[in-house]
Amino acid sequence: MVRFLAGRALALVITLLAATLVVFLVLNVVPGDPAAYMMGLGGDPAALAELRRELGLDLPVWQRYFAWAGGLAMGDFGVSYTYRVPVGDLILERMRVTLPLTLMAMALSTALAIPLALFAAGRRGRAADAAVSGLAQVGLAIPNFWLAILLVFVFSTTLKLFSAGGFPGWEAGVWPALKALVLPAVALALPQAAVLTRVARGALIETMGEDYIRTARAKGLSERRALRDHALRNAMIPVLTILGLQFTFLLAGGIIIENVFYLPGLGRLVFQAIAQRDLVVVQGVVIVLVFAAVLVTLAVDAAYALADPRVGKGRR
Amino acid sequence: MTLLAIDRLSLAIGGKLILRSVSLTVAPGEILGLVGESGSGKSMTLNAIMRLGPPGTRTEGAIRFEGADLLAGPERAMESVRGRKIGMVFQEPMTALNPVQTIGRQVAECFRLHLGFGAREALAEAAERLRRAGLPPEIVPLDRYPHQLSGGQRQRVVVAIAAALGPKLILADEPTTALDATARGGIIDLLAGLARREGAGLVFVTHDLASIAGIADRIAFMKDGEVVEEGSAPSIFRSLRHPYAQSLLAASALPPIAPDEAAGGTEPIVEAVDVSVVYGGGVRAVDGVSLTLMSGESLAIVGESGSGKSTLARSVLGLEPLAAGTVRIAGTDIHRASGGALRAARAAIQAVFQDPYGSLNPRHRIERIVAEPLHLLGRIASAERRARIARALADVGLPPDGARRYPHEFSGGQRQRIAIARALISEPKVIVLDEAVSALDVTTRAQIVALLRELSRRRGLAYLFITHDLDAARAVANRVVVMRRGRVVEEGRTAAVLAQPHDPYTKELIAAAPDLETVLAAREAEARTR
Repeated sequence: MVRFLAGRALALVITLLAATLVVFLVLNVVPGDPAAYMMGLGGDPAALAELRRELGLDLPVWQRYFAWAGGLAMGDFGVSYTYRVPVGDLILERMRVTLPLTLMAMALSTALAIPLALFAAGRRGRAADAAVSGLAQVGLAIPNFWLAILLVFVFSTTLKLFSAGGFPGWEAGVWPALKALVLPAVALALPQAAVLTRVARGALIETMGEDYIRTARAKGLSERRALRDHALRNAMIPVLTILGLQFTFLLAGGIIIENVFYLPGLGRLVFQAIAQRDLVVVQGVVIVLVFAAVLVTLAVDAAYALADPRVGKGRR
Repeated sequence: MTLLAIDRLSLAIGGKLILRSVSLTVAPGEILGLVGESGSGKSMTLNAIMRLGPPGTRTEGAIRFEGADLLAGPERAMESVRGRKIGMVFQEPMTALNPVQTIGRQVAECFRLHLGFGAREALAEAAERLRRAGLPPEIVPLDRYPHQLSGGQRQRVVVAIAAALGPKLILADEPTTALDATARGGIIDLLAGLARREGAGLVFVTHDLASIAGIADRIAFMKDGEVVEEGSAPSIFRSLRHPYAQSLLAASALPPIAPDEAAGGTEPIVEAVDVSVVYGGGVRAVDGVSLTLMSGESLAIVGESGSGKSTLARSVLGLEPLAAGTVRIAGTDIHRASGGALRAARAAIQAVFQDPYGSLNPRHRIERIVAEPLHLLGRIASAERRARIARALADVGLPPDGARRYPHEFSGGQRQRIAIARALISEPKVIVLDEAVSALDVTTRAQIVALLRELSRRRGLAYLFITHDLDAARAVANRVVVMRRGRVVEEGRTAAVLAQPHDPYTKELIAAAPDLETVLAAREAEARTR
């Protein structure tokens, strides 16, 4: 297990290095002048030259890469062109909203999806199963911004249980901050839960056809108990894969929801940075997302090994 | 007193009749052998007793167990019978255990479920049950996972689960079919012991008469969902009346090959010199093996699982990188050749594997599967291609219209014929048969063995016949090599080696897999002395 994870970690460090190279090449070496792009049309030539020097564009490419990658390794993401503050600080501040939001959404979607999938798989082919599948279908079809607006309408405008948007900051206390994240988390979680339910139900039903489930039934376990005690853990591999993908997606993909609820999250930061042509910020956020994806992959690999003792033993 | 009485049981799945008015009885301590080929309904009879048939199963008749009809009660009542009063052992030890739970936990579950034991108490009982099944925790700890055990050990875990709570009845569904000869005997003794010492009734389903003849009190033959003949063992074997039972008996003893058959010509086809294959971790799967196969000759390689015989087969085919040594196929070094020479060598050596289900792509038509090796011969006009496919199918006894069909439309035996047709189409000089008849039931096995011998006679084909089935080795090959731990321990004429083995391991192999006649003779002798 330890050797397996060490091997995976090494592979991920290499992935990360490759990713920095690709991100750097795409934004810096591909034809076109980043400085001219950031200045927009009709920039003053003197200001452009100034910006080029500030961005270090007057240096050779390989020097620029090592300066940038070396800075990254030290936690220095450069200085934002529009905000004039270190990009690292910007990202860190936004992460304090996005990370809790993502984790809440993930927890909620898992807490919904797994019981629903167990319920449906235990009654496959019957009305209850069809109802869950139908529900999941609807969940997949509903756009999350529409769901967000609906939630705001019901829970803030009508019932006045939650505020319609904004984020008070963690300084205002843990509870008010968490409360501000509840509706966005629900809006993010429901469509994810729909996907997860479908995947988990399918994996469970496939597992129920395995020989060891017949052994469990022959021991005297009821079908539902066999499902819970024997099928669930065996069906976890595809579920963990989806969870890992969803986590990475939610980190940056919450942008629409962040906009609906006026949340100062990572998604909005990228959106604004792109709109303002602040390439330093875009580059920094992309690297952070790649890093997060890499870490999540490692976590999912570790979870595979925990779920299935055969993983990483060189024998499957 | 009867323990189990199946009374005119009929069973249909989705409107298709699988069992027709089956009646059987089992007394406490009695061993009933239920024999028949694949699809005869013997496994379905066991599933019906457990009420674990597939969805859409409809039954008629009664299954009385300790006087009460199992088919009549609610599912809840059945759950307290399963595992507690009736235990079941399955065919495939590789898949019958949950891969993500330790073996201790899986045995302990019986005690937790039925007797409400706590985790620690249940685990202590599990340890005792595994010990009685031949897996003492000092040697095989309780926290092992199934994938860390051999096939025979896993089957012992399954038996420990079935026998955990001292059930009155044990149902064993082909419990030894997937095991090699040495593991097989241990499982048979273990199951027979449960009946003899603990007084449980045992229903032992098998297609292999030799494995049941030594222990059964009674034998019932099933065909197409009906019991066609039933009687006391061993005397029933001397007085079988039903033609189907007689044909099973005939098929279970393969006629040995004639001493002068498949003797081999003068031209060496396969020359393996000092072949070694080393796996990760330094395991020498094949350790300095040399052998030569002449044109038209059949050579059997026998040994138990893990002896390296399949690895040797793959290295002869050029599929396994060698750590040392060379393999020449019709003079060409198959591991170092490239281009046209390699293609010619590959066309000269073809292979048929064990699993007729896994080795044919389910999404391809038979014509495409069979024609696959033709690319080794360069461009072939489509008329010629069709003619060759038709000829290959005819050679293995399949109808020409089979070419347009898909693998799932064929039975296991027919699929093995398709695999043989594929091996024949490039007109090879030698075919490697890796456990090619091991997964087949006795009737099909006899047919495929006859086909192989006919093909070798007609086309002068050489075989490298890898098997753990000594009976099949005797029927196909006049020369045999015995392998153990990657090395050759004995070789010579098949009849001589199997009649007077010199190596202790060969003796062990032979003792572990007695043929039906030997088993019957031993039982009759025992009956006379009593």
